[in-house]
Amino acid sequence: MRITLEEMRHIALLARIGMTDQEIELMRDQMSNILEQFDVLQQVDTEGLEPTGHSVDLQTVMRDDCAQPSVDKAQILSNAPEREHDLIRVKSVLE
Amino acid sequence: MSSDFTRLSIHEASELLRNRHVSSVELTQAFLDRIEAVDSKTNAYVTVTSEKAIHQARAADDSIAVGTNGLLTGIPMQLKDNLCTRGIKTTCSSRMLEDFVPTYDSAVAGALFEKGAVLLGKGNLDEFAMGSSTENSAFFPTNNPWDLDRVPGGSSGGPAVAVAADECIFSLGSDTGGSIRQPAALCGVVGLKPTYGLVSRYGLIAFASSLDQVGPLTKNVTDAAIVLNVIAGLDRRDSTSIDVDVPDYRKALTGDVKGLRIGIPREYLIEGIEPGVEKALRDAIEVFEGLGASVVEISLPHTRYALSVYYIIAPSEASANLSRYDGVKYGYSVREADGIWDALEKTRQQGFGAEVKRRIMLGTYALSSGYFEAYYQKAQKVRTLIRKEFDQVFEGIDLIISPTSPSVAFRQGEKLADPVQMYLNDVFTQPANIAGIPAISIQGGMSDGLPIGIQLMTRHLGEEMLLRAAHAYEQSTEWHTMHPSL
Repeated sequence: MRITLEEMRHIALLARIGMTDQEIELMRDQMSNILEQFDVLQQVDTEGLEPTGHSVDLQTVMRDDCAQPSVDKAQILSNAPEREHDLIRVKSVLE
Repeated sequence: MSSDFTRLSIHEASELLRNRHVSSVELTQAFLDRIEAVDSKTNAYVTVTSEKAIHQARAADDSIAVGTNGLLTGIPMQLKDNLCTRGIKTTCSSRMLEDFVPTYDSAVAGALFEKGAVLLGKGNLDEFAMGSSTENSAFFPTNNPWDLDRVPGGSSGGPAVAVAADECIFSLGSDTGGSIRQPAALCGVVGLKPTYGLVSRYGLIAFASSLDQVGPLTKNVTDAAIVLNVIAGLDRRDSTSIDVDVPDYRKALTGDVKGLRIGIPREYLIEGIEPGVEKALRDAIEVFEGLGASVVEISLPHTRYALSVYYIIAPSEASANLSRYDGVKYGYSVREADGIWDALEKTRQQGFGAEVKRRIMLGTYALSSGYFEAYYQKAQKVRTLIRKEFDQVFEGIDLIISPTSPSVAFRQGEKLADPVQMYLNDVFTQPANIAGIPAISIQGGMSDGLPIGIQLMTRHLGEEMLLRAAHAYEQSTEWHTMHPSL
């Protein structure tokens, strides 16, 4: 199955990855090839089977609600691309 | 003298340290000298942490002096650069995290530091662990020490090469579809992927959370058992961590495999294996039979779907995990942009490499409205079938034997242009991740001067039997003593 250019642009938008027309074209071919390989799965009868999320049974873990030291604020802020005082500066969200 | 030190295994080096034939500072310096001498050829390291290494080695020597040392005290190691290390850059070999300095240690790094291991630096990988050749590193490819024009495998190419080229005694990698075992095979070292949940992933930068597992790359099986002893066990910071008593895996290395039943899946012998690799497998089967194990043919008919299942599930989970890289709180960030959405798109366009973008796109597609059931959920259901098939097979046998990779190390650039060809490298390793079972790659031969890996798999939490069989095989062969000349 060949993905359309419109679908590719839509997926890029959902994934929030900027792409040139050339990148979209190349990736469209590659993804179409890869997706073709996946068609074999449609041959498998999975009627009545539960999907496996994890290979071990996950259980909800409970613990006491007690305060613990957190990571130092200055250390966390030191990784921020742009700062103002103790705040992380971002592009304006509201127009 | 110093080059002799760099060839030591953990248990050999540990004995020299304990008997004061060498200090950890001397041992560590020997490795730093070795890295200085050969890493310009191999490119196994993204970051070398010389100062921290010497500092930790001094502390290890102090602890040896007062007798509070263990097997790993003073042992120089490397960690794959997707394992967080406090105060030391952890890049995932991506532009996105090129300057990222974690504020905490990953669980495995913390456990090893606690035992006195010495960090030499961080190992190169395919960006965000996505790849089978380490050519997807945003910084530089890593070269196979057996032939520098060839790939080391991946994604843990840096760790495998560092161990093979004596640039550390051991390293840790992560394995989502074969990323520990395949490079171990292609570089001629031991690589262990433990049972899903046995080793904490806290502080492992996530790729595909239902498949990722951390494990050791070592010079031999005994060292793998020694490292697993330290990194295995319950950690409440990882919700998938299994609450189980961790045995002393070294005690499992008895050399006795009499009566073990080993299965060879007939489906694994028709997938275009190189003749040299197939011969090595036949030889390995003979070795096990000579040791008193029985080898029988088995069938895993759904194995042929594992590759498709993997390449739907892994990119889907990756697309969700990597949505956090937005250039806001940390990491690469484009500031010259027209508003917040434009900044986000440009940050991810420039911060991620081609393979990472391809997988995010693939995963986003597989999870998107209208395709979720046909792809992701279908893959999860076939995953159930593959798991059940392994469960059934392990009712009749103890271990499964196969090649680790269908080929020996291939040339740089050979498979880079064709993602589908590249993905076939992991055809024998992915089933273990899909089923969550443990698997190990051990040195099983040479073909045209390049190493071959043999893979053993077993049931959930069967690490003791797995290591016992791998160790017994190793004791009966010479392959693990082979050494690349650099």
